[in-house]
Amino acid sequence: MADKKPVLEVRNLTVALPGGADRANAVQKVSFTVNSGEIVCLVGESGSGKSVIAFTVMGLLAKALKPTGGEILLEGENVLAASEERLRELRCTRMSMIFQEPMTALNPVMSCGEQIDEVLRTHTNLDNATRKAKIIKILSRVKLPEPERIYASYPHQLSGGQRQRIMIAMALVLDPVLLIADEPTTALDVTTQAEILKLIAELQETEGTGVLFITHDFGVVAEIAHKVAVLRWGELVEMGPTEQILSRPVAGYTRMLISSVPSIHPVHRGVRLEGKTVLRTEKLGKTYSGKSFFQKARVVKAAIDVDLDIRRGETLGIVGESGSGKSTVARCIARLIDPSEGKVYLGDTEIATMSASRLRPHRRKVQIVFQDPYRSMNPRITIGESIIEGPMNFGLPRDEALARARKLMETVRLDPNALDRYPHQFSGGQRQRICIARALAMEPELLIADEAVSALDVSVQKQVLELMSELQSEFGLTYLLISHNLAVVRQMSTAVGVLHNGVLVEKGPTDAIFDNPQADYTRMLLDAVPDISRVA
Amino acid sequence: MFDFIARRLVAIVPVLAVVAVFVFLMLRLTPGDPAAVIAGDNATSDQIADIREKLGLNQPIWQQFGIWIGNILQGNFGESFFFKKTVAELIAQRVEPTLALALCTLVFAVCLAVPIGVLAAYRQGSVFDKAVMAFSVLGFSVPGFVIGYCLIYIFAIELGWLPVQGYVRIGVDFGRFAERMVLPSLTLSVGFIALIARITRASVLEVLNEDYIRTARAKGLSNRVVLMRHALRNAAVPILTVIGLGIAILMGGAVVTESVFGLPGLGRLTVEAVLSRDFPTIQTVILLFSVVYVVINLLIDISYTLFDPRIRY
Repeated sequence: MADKKPVLEVRNLTVALPGGADRANAVQKVSFTVNSGEIVCLVGESGSGKSVIAFTVMGLLAKALKPTGGEILLEGENVLAASEERLRELRCTRMSMIFQEPMTALNPVMSCGEQIDEVLRTHTNLDNATRKAKIIKILSRVKLPEPERIYASYPHQLSGGQRQRIMIAMALVLDPVLLIADEPTTALDVTTQAEILKLIAELQETEGTGVLFITHDFGVVAEIAHKVAVLRWGELVEMGPTEQILSRPVAGYTRMLISSVPSIHPVHRGVRLEGKTVLRTEKLGKTYSGKSFFQKARVVKAAIDVDLDIRRGETLGIVGESGSGKSTVARCIARLIDPSEGKVYLGDTEIATMSASRLRPHRRKVQIVFQDPYRSMNPRITIGESIIEGPMNFGLPRDEALARARKLMETVRLDPNALDRYPHQFSGGQRQRICIARALAMEPELLIADEAVSALDVSVQKQVLELMSELQSEFGLTYLLISHNLAVVRQMSTAVGVLHNGVLVEKGPTDAIFDNPQADYTRMLLDAVPDISRVA
Repeated sequence: MFDFIARRLVAIVPVLAVVAVFVFLMLRLTPGDPAAVIAGDNATSDQIADIREKLGLNQPIWQQFGIWIGNILQGNFGESFFFKKTVAELIAQRVEPTLALALCTLVFAVCLAVPIGVLAAYRQGSVFDKAVMAFSVLGFSVPGFVIGYCLIYIFAIELGWLPVQGYVRIGVDFGRFAERMVLPSLTLSVGFIALIARITRASVLEVLNEDYIRTARAKGLSNRVVLMRHALRNAAVPILTVIGLGIAILMGGAVVTESVFGLPGLGRLTVEAVLSRDFPTIQTVILLFSVVYVVINLLIDISYTLFDPRIRY
């Protein structure tokens, strides 16, 4: 291999940000190489510049960003100096890219076959039959069932994992020497993620493709990478073989990042408290039906006979993949949507069928923190107004509510004088603290965290989780923690319920579920979790 | 799909019922007596009363309405008070110029406005884009008859390239027909172009930010292919919707445009009928316009399925 040129060589790459950004360069003098048959992971938190590097290589950078220094050699050819036309020739023939969001990365109005065919028609002179044969072959290579049917399908008829396979097929159909994968599994469920990672590793091994793999997830790094480059604020912090970076990181930042990753391995939360039951559901069910005048109604059972109970001061974790019904259950419990069947007891009061007016006084008792801190606060009112709105609705005088808000800001480690600022003036982690403060301002008996830390970087996620734990021990809070991240649930919960297709397949104390799962589905979920400690 | 079309066709009935009641009452509740118009300036009140009697205008309103609807259900749209012909004949005679004008305008507007809109979106912020935006504000705000007279002044009077007004049937002489259609279609299409260009621009701009556009570029496709094959088709649904809604503007504009250019079409028939209080003609033309509007919008809804496989009825 020594006599061959590396597939990709990035030398002293600098990419300038437009004026007025928080720093001058998105990427600052970054160098690394990807050899053929090698998977190099670029790891970093949001804003580290990892995606910018990928887009620079492809020549797909947004117009506002300008490469100002260094070179990018694709098998020795400097793509920074290449013309737009030459770049178009290189794309999909020598270098290909797959993206984070398979749900939106395919054109919804073209069939999958047509979209792959477009690559062949653009870059080759093959006749119809040869192209079709080639596409069917690559579709079966990415292990899509019934390639003929998939060829004719439209993206909306396929699942997220299948769409990502289509993207991979499209990227690899012309055997490029370099595959850039930009967080290709971040939007997928763990079981699907495991399959896609396996597929990428297999394909690159047989084809000898060099892979530049971008991720924020150290679990994924441990699963797939040969080499790791850690980025922070556009600069390369540390680079080396995976085993070395994960088990003997030199840079403080790398150590901090790795230690922030929640582990799936036991902590001492074990025992369930013998407290008073705060909330209990009995055969809770939710059926969605699309009613139509002439057509047969489509019925989706999002939750079926779910029995849960949460005791004071404990954390009940609910895990499940997308579409498992975990958010539906949370919303039924908070009565944001009306359950179709079953009962929800808040303390001793049954609220599942209560009328809206009688429900109102109970609303205060259950509060939710949502997934996306960027969208869950009204951008046009100050965070102070957001926090006091709830308590004032329930009759607290304004000055008392404000005093409570100031105190809560201190509780969530934010400056109480910042109450008159607007949400956009805070970072994601800060916003999520504000959302927690807003929920706590109602003095709820139950706090539901619906994927509350999923959108945050690991280091910030760790801080928010720690804050939640401290608040719990200080104020005896009760949490219902909903997450697809099994490690987070393991770290935080005293008891766990596993949802699959709306059914609670297993529930029990955290350790019992994780160490000795009874349901096949739980075992499958646990096996699929990428684990950093497998390398370390 | 069949269900959907059947349901939509059934839904036309209540729409027409409401329109029928509304037009009928409007005409009878507004001042103005057709009998007086027909009788002329020197008529005695006895003569007018006679005419009222003959036209059936003496009966109670609900009875008149009942007779009218009853006749329509039998396919009889009544006889014009004024033109001494059945309304059906009258409309058949006048439909060609309006149809020709509407089709020319539609084709003209769509062929021009869609590429303009796409280009403006692609070159967002450029001089071209700003010019398009300025034009669309202007196109909306200048009334049709002003545009019409300006065009006549420039192209017919000053340059003498095209006739000032008039109409020649398409079967009689196509060349003379065509040269008489240019200015009216241009006039009528200005507002329409403004509308479609603007919505195309907005709709394409939105689509250009989608992930699959990035995917298309990552495949090494040229800008033209990305724009026309990937962006435009995804932007089609809102554009089609606006074209459908714009048909109403077209029909309103036809009234003015036909008057300005002396086209003997349905628009001018409407104006003449309104001025002479020719109730049966007005009622029928309005009903016809509503049917056309509803059917065209149904066709547009159906055409969505051609552009977007996710839409299935």
